[in-house]
Amino acid sequence: MRLKFEKRPEPSRFMLYATPVGAVIITMIIGAILFGVIVPPPSQGFVATPAVPPPVDLGTILSGIGSHLSFGLQAVYQVFIAPLVTSYKWGDIAVKASPLILIGVGLAVGNRAAIWNIGAEGQYVVGGLAGVGIGLLTQKMTGVWILPSMLLAGLIGGAVWGAIPAALKNWFNVNETLSSLMMTYVAIHLMNHMVTGPWKDPSGFSFPQTPLVTPSQTLPIIVPGTYVHLGVVITLIIAVVVWFLMSRSLFGFQVRVVGSAPNAARHGGFSQKATVWMVFLLSGGLAGLAGIFEVTGPFGQMSLGFPQNYGFTAIIVAFLGRLNPLGVILAGIVLAVTYVGGDLAQSSLQLPNASKGIFQAMMLFFLLASDILIRYRVRFISNAPAPVASAAAMRSPAE
Amino acid sequence: MSVEFLISVIITIVGASTPILLAGLGELVTEKSGVLNLGVEGMMLVGAIAGFATVDMTGSPWLAVIVAALAGAGVSMIFAVLTLSLRANQVATGLALTIFGTGLSTLIGHGYTGRPIKPFTTIFPDALALHPIGRVLFGYSPLVYFSFIMVALVAWFLNSTRPGLILRAVGENDLSAHSIGYSVIGVRYGAVAFGGAMAGIGGATFPLVLTPLWAEGLTGGRGWIAIALVVFSGWKPTRLLAGAYFFGLLGTLELYAKASGTVFTALLPSEGWAALPYLATVIVLAVISASKSGGGNAPACLGRPFSPSA
Repeated sequence: MRLKFEKRPEPSRFMLYATPVGAVIITMIIGAILFGVIVPPPSQGFVATPAVPPPVDLGTILSGIGSHLSFGLQAVYQVFIAPLVTSYKWGDIAVKASPLILIGVGLAVGNRAAIWNIGAEGQYVVGGLAGVGIGLLTQKMTGVWILPSMLLAGLIGGAVWGAIPAALKNWFNVNETLSSLMMTYVAIHLMNHMVTGPWKDPSGFSFPQTPLVTPSQTLPIIVPGTYVHLGVVITLIIAVVVWFLMSRSLFGFQVRVVGSAPNAARHGGFSQKATVWMVFLLSGGLAGLAGIFEVTGPFGQMSLGFPQNYGFTAIIVAFLGRLNPLGVILAGIVLAVTYVGGDLAQSSLQLPNASKGIFQAMMLFFLLASDILIRYRVRFISNAPAPVASAAAMRSPAE
Repeated sequence: MSVEFLISVIITIVGASTPILLAGLGELVTEKSGVLNLGVEGMMLVGAIAGFATVDMTGSPWLAVIVAALAGAGVSMIFAVLTLSLRANQVATGLALTIFGTGLSTLIGHGYTGRPIKPFTTIFPDALALHPIGRVLFGYSPLVYFSFIMVALVAWFLNSTRPGLILRAVGENDLSAHSIGYSVIGVRYGAVAFGGAMAGIGGATFPLVLTPLWAEGLTGGRGWIAIALVVFSGWKPTRLLAGAYFFGLLGTLELYAKASGTVFTALLPSEGWAALPYLATVIVLAVISASKSGGGNAPACLGRPFSPSA
């Protein structure tokens, strides 16, 4: 017996939408086992192991396995379920989902064109910085024009940072994966400099942070009693607009052709270089907008803790959402749940916050592993060569 | 500038260069077989925590290096199964591996934060290793000499051995290699495992040699620099050595800017020095990629999944 992959005559639509759901479920199962096995040692870290181990009998082994398994299940419950069944956490989920969706939508467009912007984190930071720049200039002013101009600055800031890898790719043929990531580190060091130096709040007790935004610079809260701000609504509108562009416009067609059939795109007169520009300006701009939404919304300022890994997590969001902006909305909510749940697990189980990354990466692993089911059918076949039978199977219209 | 100061600068540069040289060598071999693994940073972190935990438990840095290599190779197998057996996208899988390795090392390392271990010091007698001049040759951790040996070994393997030739053939033209009867997938599994093992050792260099205590995410993006280094090297081990020391020098400037201030920070704030290696990577990539010889050296099948039936 061995596995054999048979190419489907057409990609399976059922598998396309079933596999992300399956990936989340398998992540929860395997995650419970994994976290059960690696119960983190107490955070003090100086508990001496006894020189003589306690006597081992079946009872202690079973209870040991039981407590490990129960810890794993608790970890999964806290990360995936608790935020959903706790209604006052729903607002937090919406607030965390907003940047993930906004950035994820842009990255989904890029990945459709097989253009890899993995520097959204940097574009997010520079967008925030550009907006803060306007914020500092308008600190003593009031008016309804102030917030929109900050948001515009954020959009432009992110787009400019995104334009750097695009220019390097188009002009010098530089691999955009590496350059966009390197620019992220540059952006974070730039932010550290501005926040600890020139833009540090003079009345902030020397904390490394910029001044708080004024009321004219703050996104209005739209659900009273939560942190759900106007940016969440704008994010959803943008996701729907991009979905429309991708599925109904020439732009969307061009992006898909450049990504899936570069030669056909060239013959059809679609410019690869123009696509690179558009993809980076769009995904960079949206990441920058997400950054300034965070400044004028939940954060209220920039500080050293401003980069929240949204730009990297959004890569998972884009894939889990099947590179479809509407799917990205759902995937953004799933990943936002793990953000909120990660915080819950930190306070209730003392799980380090970064361990939510394990769950997030596992989702992407299982999704990528199951991708093959879309284009191939998996068959168990006997070792005896049976070319005739398999050829017949390939011809049978089983769809 | 005194000789002693110069020697201490050289020793710092060697320290900063060794992890990216080791990880870069591994990635070079992986890429030569036609596989682009962007999970280097994640594999380095897994190697780092594996090495740290081993020294913490057994006190043996030698065993720690072996465990780190096994751990790095172990997580690289997740990548190998997904991309080679299940033909998943290499870029996305590599990114997932980095996120996974970062999370896993943080989770396991949670209880170790700030705990010191005995550093992996020189194997030479003190008369040589602590000699004010001699230490520039004999004062290093065995991992430094190991990295030089590996440059020579990898260069010899790729250029002068039959298995090395097969590996390059698989990376340049997988279909031809397959039709002659070589196992493309098998060779690539081996190359990914070697890349993982070297990244694991490179990562373990941080807690074993450079900063003998555990800190979350202590590799600080060096895995990505190692990947850039492979492009920089034009997929040649000897040029990789030069590149690693160039980036090590830039990393050292940051340390001195932070420590001594004044002279350096008058030119550029310390965050600027910290950003310099990354900025330099981008500039160097632009120069290399723009010139004809640079990008043209990339293995022809790099990043493409292999499906013999298609």
